[in-house]
Amino acid sequence: MNNNLLKVSLSPHISGKGSVKSIMYGVIIALMPAFIAGLYFFGIGALRVTLTAVVACVLFEYVIQKYLLKVESTISDGSAIITGLLLAYNVPSNLPPNIIILGSLVAIGIAKMSFGGLGNNPFNPALVGRVFLLISFPVDMTSWPKPILTRASAIDAVTAATPLAIVKEGLAGGTPYSKLLTQIPSYWDLFIGNVGGCIGEVSALALIIGLFYMLYKKIITWHIPVSMTGSIFIFTGIMCLINPQSNADPFFHILTGGVLLGAIFMATDMVTSPMTPKGMLIFGSAIGILTVIIRVFGAYPEGVSFSILIMNAFVPLINKFCKPKRFGEIIK
Amino acid sequence: MSKGLKTFPVGGVHSCDNKLSASKQIESVALPTIVSIPLSQHIGAPAMPIVKPLDKVKVGQLIAKASGFVSANIHSSVSGTVKKIDDVPDSCGYKRPAVIIDVEGDIWEENIDRTDSLLKEIIFDQKSIIEKIQAAGIVGLGGATFPTHVKLSVPKGKTCEYLLINGVECEPYLTSDHRLMLEKTEEIFVGIIIVMKALGVPKAIIGIENNKKDAIDKMSAISNNYKGISVQALKVQYPQGGEKQLAKALINREIPAPPGLPIDVGCVIQNVGTIYAIYEAVQKNKPLIERVVTITGKSIKKPSNFLARIGTPISILIQATGGLPEDTGKIISGGPMMGKAINTTDIPVSKGTSGILVLPEELSNRKNANNCILCAKCVSVCPLGLEPYLLSKLSLKSLFDKAENEQVVNCIECGCCSYNCPAKIPLLDFIRLAKTTVMKNIRNRVK
Ligand code: SF4
Ligand code: SF4
Repeated sequence: MNNNLLKVSLSPHISGKGSVKSIMYGVIIALMPAFIAGLYFFGIGALRVTLTAVVACVLFEYVIQKYLLKVESTISDGSAIITGLLLAYNVPSNLPPNIIILGSLVAIGIAKMSFGGLGNNPFNPALVGRVFLLISFPVDMTSWPKPILTRASAIDAVTAATPLAIVKEGLAGGTPYSKLLTQIPSYWDLFIGNVGGCIGEVSALALIIGLFYMLYKKIITWHIPVSMTGSIFIFTGIMCLINPQSNADPFFHILTGGVLLGAIFMATDMVTSPMTPKGMLIFGSAIGILTVIIRVFGAYPEGVSFSILIMNAFVPLINKFCKPKRFGEIIK
Repeated sequence: MSKGLKTFPVGGVHSCDNKLSASKQIESVALPTIVSIPLSQHIGAPAMPIVKPLDKVKVGQLIAKASGFVSANIHSSVSGTVKKIDDVPDSCGYKRPAVIIDVEGDIWEENIDRTDSLLKEIIFDQKSIIEKIQAAGIVGLGGATFPTHVKLSVPKGKTCEYLLINGVECEPYLTSDHRLMLEKTEEIFVGIIIVMKALGVPKAIIGIENNKKDAIDKMSAISNNYKGISVQALKVQYPQGGEKQLAKALINREIPAPPGLPIDVGCVIQNVGTIYAIYEAVQKNKPLIERVVTITGKSIKKPSNFLARIGTPISILIQATGGLPEDTGKIISGGPMMGKAINTTDIPVSKGTSGILVLPEELSNRKNANNCILCAKCVSVCPLGLEPYLLSKLSLKSLFDKAENEQVVNCIECGCCSYNCPAKIPLLDFIRLAKTTVMKNIRNRVK
């Protein structure tokens, strides 16, 4: 052993086990129950859409880094896979491949790579891709196949309106909420996911399993999911108490549409969410409130994606004002 | 069990324990043939040598005098002939002046009591205790090496309510304090009584982390015989041995940012190693000439705790554990979280050397850094409530004024942020740069 070969560096000399890769693959594992639920309820269509989106996202990232930016590829970190999965989870299972590929290009190329790659993107890439598709292809993006179990036969892939759309239109037309309840699936079906909708958002059960896995692995904290669903629950609960006939109840709001997918997997995206617990609570609650406003008063039946993107833009501001409590500082 | 234990509430990490040498009794090593005793083993001004080449010295003889109040006396740890006063590399990697002595025999100063007998009765008053401590050249042995007599001289207008004893040893691998608590238990209690008398405080609390159950049991049992001293088991959480975290954990008070001191919240903190040295100085007339040093590492054949004379080259201690392992990649003076990497085994043991950690090649290299993914894991572990990701970004952009506003000087350099960053960003490197720059700016402004 030659003394000259000793390495010298500044402390600390050891580092923890976590890595960017382990976090990303942890999220991918947490996303798997929702994928299985999607397969179960929407069959081969869900598989086709998900595979297309994942492959397209990874490929775009690779090509852009290799040929455009000429930097080392980061596809192995798993973040492109997550973007692909989330994009797929946010679209119907019968979306044509060319639209999915376009969405992937927007997500990876515009929302992620043009800002400097993972860590520098202010907006959640999958959501940018999704909202782009929603605006560009409103018809394709809002015709959802019925789940397999409720189809009359295997080839009957008739599409149906989502419960959110039924309720929104019904309430707008003056039908009382109690009557509309008979036209939508039961809460149990909403909970397990036996309902028309985007591939990954339908099964509350599968998403909640993913949530607990991420909490257990300490990938995310409870603050954003709880504050976001909590504020939706309270807001819609109050409206429902004031006028039960023209407002949907809070359970309905939480179980339908993208609330849980958004609260668990998209608002919690580390890169685009605040850094302190206090900031996270503000961020989550604001998303919840915006979601309800869009759903109840806006033109779209669903508002989760827009709300998250809007709040993404406020994250730098939130970080500026929600500092951790400094040690030794006297609280006035 | 560990749920109800006290700890500091914000931040911190629980890294590996790796206390490989926890069950190894403190052993003495054969005397070296030559020692180099650095003149600057403490925070403050270096000591002034009072010996010259060819002088004969005895063990415990004063060889360099403190040059000011914040400085410390230095004594010979061996008997023999002064060879020269020359620059030798120390654990910081700098060459600094040291007294180099050729060892001949082992002749001690007559007034030093070398027996093992426990002397409980304290015959000195407050003033002479502090004088004895100052004369013995005692400094904080936990690693900070701040002259102890300064800490014990409470400034006018401040009162000390608690003496806090640091038996935490939160750095992974190190076990010297642990062994002292097990093997010199009574002596430590007498030492605490001495310091309580010096400070005039009625209460002392010893904080020990729960990974040293045997020490907690033994110390608690004996604490019943000593009025005013209690033992508090603490949850294992790095950096609990830091003064700020220990005061928060034990008495729930927050020491303010620099220049704030523990005394500002009514406490003085001493490490158990220092307390033992105080016992020896006051009761046995023994100056600080030796200390317990842990030699450890996964590839070390026989991880050990040695009672080593100050000035012993660490190569001799490593040799005594079975030699430097083949796969050695890095040698650290201190623990893995805050220790300093050294580039040679020729450096001498100094007052602040709590341990030597030998890391194998595969643990010696840093991992490649990724982009920051804003995961906030550095923020959540910072025990000072800082935002390491932000400080390191500001430092990289040389925005030091902004870093000052974000309170970079508060950083205690514990390394939790770098340790916990999944992107493996060497956050503390950049933060240190900002911290030193900002401190310099502040000093220049005061001038
Ligand atoms: S822990 Fe590392 S990756 Fe996470 S926010 Fe801090 S610096 Fe960024
Ligand atoms: S910023 Fe300083 S005090 Fe905070 S974790 Fe990092 S090294 Fe420790």
